Amino acid sequence: MPVVEYKVPENIDAAVSMLSNTKLSTKVMAGGTDLIIQSRAQSSDPLVVIDIKHIDSMMTAAIVDGGLHLGPSMSCAQLTARSDIKAIYPGLVEAAYLIGSTQVQGRCSVGGNLCNASPAADTIPALIVNGAECVIHGPKGERTVAAEDFAVGVGRNCMEQGELLTRIQIPAPAAKTSDAYLRFIPRTEMDIAVAGAAVSVTLDADGTCTAARVSIGAVATTALLVTEAADALIGTKLEDAALNAAAAAATAASKPITDRRGTIEFRRHVVGVLTRRAAVIAAQRAKEK
Amino acid sequence: MAKIHVNTSINGEVVEFLCEPHETLLDVLRNDLQLTGTKEGCASGDCGACSVTVNDALVCSCLVLGVEAEGAEIGTIEGVSNKDQLHVIQQKFLEHAALQCGICTPGLVVSTKKLLEENPNPTEEQARYYLAGNLCRCTGYDKIIRAVMDAAETMRGAA
Repeated sequence: MPVVEYKVPENIDAAVSMLSNTKLSTKVMAGGTDLIIQSRAQSSDPLVVIDIKHIDSMMTAAIVDGGLHLGPSMSCAQLTARSDIKAIYPGLVEAAYLIGSTQVQGRCSVGGNLCNASPAADTIPALIVNGAECVIHGPKGERTVAAEDFAVGVGRNCMEQGELLTRIQIPAPAAKTSDAYLRFIPRTEMDIAVAGAAVSVTLDADGTCTAARVSIGAVATTALLVTEAADALIGTKLEDAALNAAAAAATAASKPITDRRGTIEFRRHVVGVLTRRAAVIAAQRAKEK
Repeated sequence: MAKIHVNTSINGEVVEFLCEPHETLLDVLRNDLQLTGTKEGCASGDCGACSVTVNDALVCSCLVLGVEAEGAEIGTIEGVSNKDQLHVIQQKFLEHAALQCGICTPGLVVSTKKLLEENPNPTEEQARYYLAGNLCRCTGYDKIIRAVMDAAETMRGAA
C-alpha cells in the first residue's frame, strides 16, 4: 500500500496549498471507504493523503434560508440522523442511507460519493434533482459547478489539481416540493445500484405538477439529468399517461452497459420503472407538505 | 519512511503507538498493540469482522488509517466485557450458540452493542438491517438474531 505521507490541514486554504504544492500523487481523504481500497489496488505510485476531517466546515451541515449547506465530508451516519435535513430532502437522505453498511455509513460522505464519481453513486441523482451546487476551492479561487456537471466520466470528476470540494449547497425547495430516490439491487442491503432514479416534483394547490427534475443513475457513465422525463410530468396531475411517458423518457435517455449486475435491456426497463415509482413517492410527499 | 507517533484512547485507556502512514487501524490493533480480538475478514470493508467504534461511530477498522486514531476514542471488543464478567450480549451469544467458527463474533458483538445503544428496542427487521454489514460465513444468522433480540430484552429489563 503506497500511502507515504499523511497530512492534516486545519483549514481550507492550508488544504488547497497542500494539494497544489506537491510533486507526488495526492488524494483528499474523508471517510476513506473508497480511497483506502483504491490505494491498495494502485501498487506503485507513492501517495500523499490529505485528511480534511479536521476542518470544521467540511464536517458540519446547516439549514440556511431554508436550503442546505452541507459539509462534503460529514459522514452519512451523521447526515441520516438529521431529522431537520430529512424533513426538507427525504430523497437525498434516503439515498445517503443506502450507501454500504452501518459501518461504511460511519465513514462515507456525500462529498466522497460525488468525488469518487461512480456511475452507480446513490446520492448523485438525488443531489441533481434538488439542484445542488458544488462549491470548489482552488489556487485560483472559488467556483461553483452544478451537481449534474461534477462527474465527467467513470471515476472522474471536474476538479483540477489543487482543487477541493468545500461545500454542497442545495437551494430551498419551493412550496409543495419533495423528492424521492429509488434503486434496484438484487437483494435488500449491501449492494451497488443496478439502476437508480431520483425525482423531485412541485405541485400547485390542485395537484398539478408545476416543476420537476428527474435524474437516473447506474445507466450511463455518469448520473444523467433527464429533462424529457421531467417535461413529461410538468403540467399534468401525474396520471398514468404522464408517469408512463416519464418512464419511457428515462428509458430512452439511459445508455447502460451489460455487466455481471445487469444487462442493457434489464437496466433500461428498470430505470423507467424506478422513475415512475419515484415520481409517485415524491408527489405523495409533496402533497403532504 | 518515518513512523508517525499517535496518541489515542482505546477502551478508555490512554495509548501511544508508532505506525506507518499506510497501516490500517486494524493492523495497528492486531500487530502493534496485540489487541487481537478484532478480526480481519475481507480487509475491504465488506464483512464487518473488524468492527470497532471511533469517536462513537461504528466503522470497519480495515478502512481507517492508524494515524487517524490521533486524539480519537477507539472502542474494541476487548472493552466490551467488565473484566472477567461477560457483557449481556456476549452471554446471550453463548447461550444461543450464535457462533460457529467465531471469526465474525467480535465484530457482531461490537455492532450489536452500538445498535442497542442507539435503539434499545429494535424490531427483528431493524436489527437485521443494522447488522447487514456483519457477514457470517457459517450462515448462523438466525441464532445471532435470536441472541441479539434476547440481549436487547434482557438489557431493557435491567435498565
